Amino acid sequence: MRSLISILDLSVEEIAELLEVAEDIIANPKKYSEICHGKKLATLFFEPSTRTRLSFEAAMMELGGNCLGFSEAQSSSASKGETVADTTRVVSCYADIIAMRHPKEGAPLVASMYSTVPVINAGDGGHNHPTQTLTDLLTIKRKKGKLTDFTIGFCGDLKFGRTVHSLIQALSRYENVKVVLISPDELKLPSYIKKDVLQKNNIEYVQTDNLEKVLPELDVLYMTRVQKERFLSEEEYIRLRDSYILTKAKLKNAKEDLSILHPLPRVNEISTDVDSDSRACYFEQVLNGKYVRMALILKLLEITVD
Amino acid sequence: MHIDSIKEGIVLDHITAGNAMKIYNLLGLDKLECTVAIIKNVPSKKVGKKDIIKIDSNFDVNLEILGYVDPGTTIDIIHDSKLVEKKHVDLPDTLHGVIKCKNPRCITSVESNLEQVFTLTDRDNKVYRCIYCEAKA
Repeated sequence: MRSLISILDLSVEEIAELLEVAEDIIANPKKYSEICHGKKLATLFFEPSTRTRLSFEAAMMELGGNCLGFSEAQSSSASKGETVADTTRVVSCYADIIAMRHPKEGAPLVASMYSTVPVINAGDGGHNHPTQTLTDLLTIKRKKGKLTDFTIGFCGDLKFGRTVHSLIQALSRYENVKVVLISPDELKLPSYIKKDVLQKNNIEYVQTDNLEKVLPELDVLYMTRVQKERFLSEEEYIRLRDSYILTKAKLKNAKEDLSILHPLPRVNEISTDVDSDSRACYFEQVLNGKYVRMALILKLLEITVD
Repeated sequence: MHIDSIKEGIVLDHITAGNAMKIYNLLGLDKLECTVAIIKNVPSKKVGKKDIIKIDSNFDVNLEILGYVDPGTTIDIIHDSKLVEKKHVDLPDTLHGVIKCKNPRCITSVESNLEQVFTLTDRDNKVYRCIYCEAKA
């Protein structure tokens, strides 16, 4: 029995298989529509995350399965002081697979240690969110046809953004991926990620604070939200926030086949006039998230389709 | 200064000078009924000075603690007043219940029943990370 706690739990080959199944689901949805009939997914969300929860539930429903669970800690036994281990043991008796979101880092790992069914980490604090990374990988794969030989720019909050950290970690295992880190000084990628991931894997990377300057070099642009609470002064926040807004005008010199990704929700870092641009992929990315979660559920339930 | 040699027991030798009391406390040697000698600042040709702990009984040393606190320590097993085995300790691959995770966002910060487990992720720089949240020790 396997669980998915960190993206590094999956080998490059396993990720390739998952993405292949996801693409087959997109091409042949009917083939998969009843494959999980009688199976139940428990979504244990100890903190609200409507989009991730709905994506998991939609994924299970499209496979013909059912869902049960809760969407905040207040409606679970955690509010009575029950441990993650006990909650998981109990839910294992009801469900065939668990997707867990928890504000405390490591909670899904604890769950996987006590569960008798597979556990999927649906986000644990600022730590891991492997299904978002799978979503990002599927989107890049579908757009570029490969996960090798491209230049990706990460823009915005690279210091606290866990989706950025996980995707960099995942991409470090592919050939010839160049990384451009675009952020203000205050929100630079932590040095331990540069050292332990980029330098350790000989990934070519550059750091800049100028989005427009590097935009023409990029094949993929991964935008993130600059969060207000990270700044000491409102003025500083507004100054920095506005320097990382992607507008249609800024895209003038970007490649024709650039793919713009964003884990969402966005605030104002991508201007709405970009939405109609063929290079905007962030809503397609949401859809890919559902398909890759379908593929993951099948893999962890060990269900194969001919 | 003369300290009696022991007949049956163990000698923790080559302890970094100044670490003996820390090791004494962490290994729980204060709970032993037998004779325990803490010898500090013993002249050493190799390192200038060192600490030594002699335990006059067969005590099961927690190698994880010893390896983590002072990986250069050696354990001499004494039987019938003779040295029968010399063990070298090294940084352990995992630490169970030795140190606590300091990350306030870690699940162990709210569930105290969970065993604190750390794994060695960088031997050269002696970096241990919590298995739950991956925070540095």
